[in-house]
Amino acid sequence: MAVTREPVKPKRRNGNGGVLRAVVLVVLGAYFALPLVAMAEFSTRSANGTRSLQSWSGIVTDPDLVAAIWVSVQLALLSSLLVLALLVPTMAWIRLRLPALRRPVEFLCLLPVAIPAIVLVVGMAPLYAWVDYFLGDSPLTLALAYAVLVLPFAYRSLDAGLSAIDLKTLAEAARGLGAGWGTVLLRIVVPNIRTALISAALLSVALVLGEFTIASLLNFDTLQVRVNLIGKRDAGVSIAVSLLCLLFAFALLLLLSSAGSRRRRATAEEG
Amino acid sequence: MVAPVDTSAGGGGSAAPGRGPSRRSWTAWLVVAPFLAYVGTFLLYPTALVLAGAFQDDDGAFTLATLATLTEGVYLQAFLRSVQLSALTALLGAVLGALLSWAVASGKPEGVTRKVVLAASGVLAQFGGVPLAFAFLATVGFQGLVTRFLADTFGVDLFATGAWLFELPGLTLVYTFFQIPLMVIVFLPAVDGLRPQWREATESLGGSGWTYWRHVGGPILLPAFLGSALLLFANAFSAYATAAALVSQGSPIVPLQIRGFLTGEVLLGQENLGKALGLGMIVVVGVTMGLYALLQRRFARWQ
Repeated sequence: MAVTREPVKPKRRNGNGGVLRAVVLVVLGAYFALPLVAMAEFSTRSANGTRSLQSWSGIVTDPDLVAAIWVSVQLALLSSLLVLALLVPTMAWIRLRLPALRRPVEFLCLLPVAIPAIVLVVGMAPLYAWVDYFLGDSPLTLALAYAVLVLPFAYRSLDAGLSAIDLKTLAEAARGLGAGWGTVLLRIVVPNIRTALISAALLSVALVLGEFTIASLLNFDTLQVRVNLIGKRDAGVSIAVSLLCLLFAFALLLLLSSAGSRRRRATAEEG
Repeated sequence: MVAPVDTSAGGGGSAAPGRGPSRRSWTAWLVVAPFLAYVGTFLLYPTALVLAGAFQDDDGAFTLATLATLTEGVYLQAFLRSVQLSALTALLGAVLGALLSWAVASGKPEGVTRKVVLAASGVLAQFGGVPLAFAFLATVGFQGLVTRFLADTFGVDLFATGAWLFELPGLTLVYTFFQIPLMVIVFLPAVDGLRPQWREATESLGGSGWTYWRHVGGPILLPAFLGSALLLFANAFSAYATAAALVSQGSPIVPLQIRGFLTGEVLLGQENLGKALGLGMIVVVGVTMGLYALLQRRFARWQ
């Protein structure tokens, strides 16, 4: 068989690929948009068949739901602060002084991926009897459990951030100029991995706002637990809040991706 | 906490002369102590409790009887159903997600489509949970948009065969909704890694699009595809929130069985059975993730 070398070929193939690509995007796009449209439709129904925003206003007029939202927001902030406070000094220090610990710490941080949250909660139930005893039964103590859940996500983005800078040289330069370890951490490491910190924090916030398993089984009243409870008597309000949650997480992640592409552009310019 | 100033040019690693190595490493460990203490308390200790409990009877003595219970009756059924649900949704998610990844990868790298698909995938794959259950109630529930539309327009009753949405078929449908996006997140980097030069090389040698996928693109992506499918399996197997919000009666799958033990719906004297179920889940997910890591390493060679 003779080998054809006509340069026309790629063009035709791209045409076919383009059609298939459009079909895939439209069909799957519709599959994913349909439930969201249905949520919008369902949450704006009213008793007599007309449209109303009753379910949506039901979100702010339910004091229990507002309280649960507030708890979840506080938890989201606390958990991301906790995980960053634990991971940033540890990971930076390991790169500078204890490289032998790098693999073990990575293993520990990624371990929660292999342990389902539902299993973790079985072991945490007795632990939380002690947490109750020492710290009181505030729902904010959930931040301790949530920092475990967000550990793999936070680790991955911080690891990427730290890999992108020459930490050793920067730290040595600062130390040579007389800076202490605390100064190195706060004024050298933190500003240099800013985008990684932001993405770790945003991922943690989104994860905590959506968390249900641990909160519901340890009997804490968070946003998702409340949404599930309301769903048993008033589906409309639950569906409205659910849609709100999904849209909010979507906005957070869009923010994240634009922060990421800004970083890529910045590195490209430097390079 | 101030560490001794390092005057040696080398920085970290081995001890500088004139300073006791033991003192140095002792201070060095002090910085990582809070992290280790935290992980020990809130990750390792609860896991150890589950693992140990699976091998104990109610008096704390060693026994294999609790684990043996898993191999019979409702528990075995739940494991089989969990595996079936996870495998089916992993397969569907992997194939459809791979198609979507390809569609996204062949678009503009900084385009809007890509950004929107990635953000939406992140939300649905990782942060859906309870909202996903309600999304499907609004769509194909008893009063859902599609249910009503089909009934009003075609006279079709979606629930003619029973409350399928609240049973295994419903779980399969809803799980697919977070499996496809997860596939996009984990598989897209592999598709992005395909160099256009490989395609050009195939074409200049006279190969068609089919030849390229059959002999170049396909084999290169295969390890990543299989690895991602394993990850999807583990993901479905671990999932709890969506199923818990959708299925309030009965416990068709393992995570819901464990819920029964935690909410005290089970007879006393069987407390460790919940831990044995937990051990079973860790083994299934752990083995899957181990295989994933192996394939991941193999795939890394191509990058």
